[in-house]
Amino acid sequence: MAVSARKREKELKKALAYEAHRPEERSIGSFKEMRKENLKRAWYRFSHNKLSVIGLIIVVIVVLAAIFAGKITPYPEHAGAFTDFANSTKAPCGQYLLGTDNMGRDILTRIVFSFRGALKMAILVLVISVPVGTFLGLLAGFMNRTWVDTVIMRISDIFLSVPALLLALAVASILKPNLTNSMLAITIMWWPWYTRIVYGVATSCKNEYYVVSAQLLGASKAHIIFKEILPNCLSPILTKMSLDVGWVILMGATLSYVGMGEQPPIPSLGQMVSDGARYMPDQWWMTIFPCLAIIIIIMGFNFMGDGIGDMLSKGDSKYE
Amino acid sequence: MADNIILKLDHLKQYFPAGKGKDGKPLFVKAVDDVSLEVKQGEIIGLVGESGSGKSTIAYSVIGMYEPSGGEIIFDGQSVRKKGRPMKIKKDMQIVFQDPGSALNPQQNIGEILELPLKVHKMCKNKAERVERVKELLRMVELPEHYMYKSPASIGGGEKQMVAIARALATDPKFIILDEPTSALDVSIQAKIINMLLKLQKEKNLTYLFITHDLSLMRNIADRVAILYLGKVAEIAPAETFFRRPEHPYTQMLISSIPVVSEEEEALKPAKIESRGEIPSPVNIPPGCSFHLRCPYVQDICKQDDPVMVERGENHQARCHYCGVGLGTPNNNEEETK
Repeated sequence: MAVSARKREKELKKALAYEAHRPEERSIGSFKEMRKENLKRAWYRFSHNKLSVIGLIIVVIVVLAAIFAGKITPYPEHAGAFTDFANSTKAPCGQYLLGTDNMGRDILTRIVFSFRGALKMAILVLVISVPVGTFLGLLAGFMNRTWVDTVIMRISDIFLSVPALLLALAVASILKPNLTNSMLAITIMWWPWYTRIVYGVATSCKNEYYVVSAQLLGASKAHIIFKEILPNCLSPILTKMSLDVGWVILMGATLSYVGMGEQPPIPSLGQMVSDGARYMPDQWWMTIFPCLAIIIIIMGFNFMGDGIGDMLSKGDSKYE
Repeated sequence: MADNIILKLDHLKQYFPAGKGKDGKPLFVKAVDDVSLEVKQGEIIGLVGESGSGKSTIAYSVIGMYEPSGGEIIFDGQSVRKKGRPMKIKKDMQIVFQDPGSALNPQQNIGEILELPLKVHKMCKNKAERVERVKELLRMVELPEHYMYKSPASIGGGEKQMVAIARALATDPKFIILDEPTSALDVSIQAKIINMLLKLQKEKNLTYLFITHDLSLMRNIADRVAILYLGKVAEIAPAETFFRRPEHPYTQMLISSIPVVSEEEEALKPAKIESRGEIPSPVNIPPGCSFHLRCPYVQDICKQDDPVMVERGENHQARCHYCGVGLGTPNNNEEETK
């Protein structure tokens, strides 16, 4: 009880401190100050939830670790085709913090290096599928109740009706199993989700008076789609994107678990889990630590995604 | 008042398909049915009527949200439709919507919102000039300049409506449609907005088509009032005549239903008719005079023939079989009217 009361008091103090600095009290005199104010407000909303801050920290650590993997890991050479049978299947100890695998490679090093593949995959999948999905959703929403709408939405329904993992497995097994092809497979089944979300927002936006006024004023279709409707879709898109990073990584791990992802000796989390599974339960560290890494990444991105969702809910009167 | 006509509705019809009837014939909602109206440059014409009488539909047809099903809209001597409307007319004719909450994009700031008409109609040469113009517009509607950096979510409902009015004014229009601009707002803000609108109308010699269901408000601001019933104009008259000597029983009914406080005020009302019944569905308009189901003076002819507009004086027209003939005695027999 005492803890929660203290916590509440702290929250209240924070809110009051923010209130005292409300833009109404200060005069904002330029677009630059306005942007600064908006950022401040966004951060206030984001940091309101402790978990999203934790998520952000995890994400930053993971991204930095992936970028500087060569510098921070104790045995960078273990990330490739390296064997040291003298030190194989060693339990976690001072020399090998998370132990070694059956080839004598440091698990910690391999986990950090496999972040690279996982993040590369997530980023590329989203960079391709989000703009495509968003554009098609905007188009279908704007051309609501025309044949364009029907064609786009029925095609996306077809893609949504195929189980995601199955399609990815099919594509990955037809083509050569490697990172590019599994990414391709995931991208193909990922865009319809964005089309759905954007379609929903765009169709409701289209009937709002601000879109009608812009149309009546004579604004171009491009202006209406990209300047009036798109900004209103950004909040759900960004929220879903940051949640999806976790899911794409999980999907990639699943594909590489069944051998359809990154091929050895390049390390990937799913492949490490599946390799280690053969040595369970005696050499548990070979499986458990990569598993934990997957869990932590996904949790980090999900928490951050929730925070971004809070941050972008602009119309929410609670924080206005 | 200059007598040049800025807007003319010539037998405007606006029907919306509403599925099929029992006999398989397509049904239509006759939202606006044969409305003719002339609006003079510089006047405020009021459009009143119950919910569902077609006031807003007329506004939306005129501004170009709907393609008219029949008749013509003539603006500034030019026939306009929804499609292929020249930019000049989009600039000269503006609308202010009822709900200020939905009229401003929540993802833009006030500055961006007010800049849009300036950009679309290329009214300013560069960014600096546009910012100046936005500030001027905010001053015009009595809002502080720094509001241009605010988002619509952080300002009040009345202020949002002011911004919506400023946006309508941005293109220097001749004619503004005000679709119940105050009905979503507090009474105190209503008065402020109405005063501002009247001031702007005088300053800029604007023409307003003012839509409301608030009769007291109408009396204070409109030069002429048109009353709609089921998509048809029941009576048009100068505001004074409309309130003092209404001819149509529907007008009389509405005016006698204005709530008043004192008995003196009650005595000023032209005729006392009890309001009864509700507006029928516009899909199923009764034959004859559309008002006959609720009219206390109903006669046999009312149930068969639709009356036509008759001149009842200067600028005064009413659509009733018994205008000038005398309405006779109110027929309060409920059985008869049902």
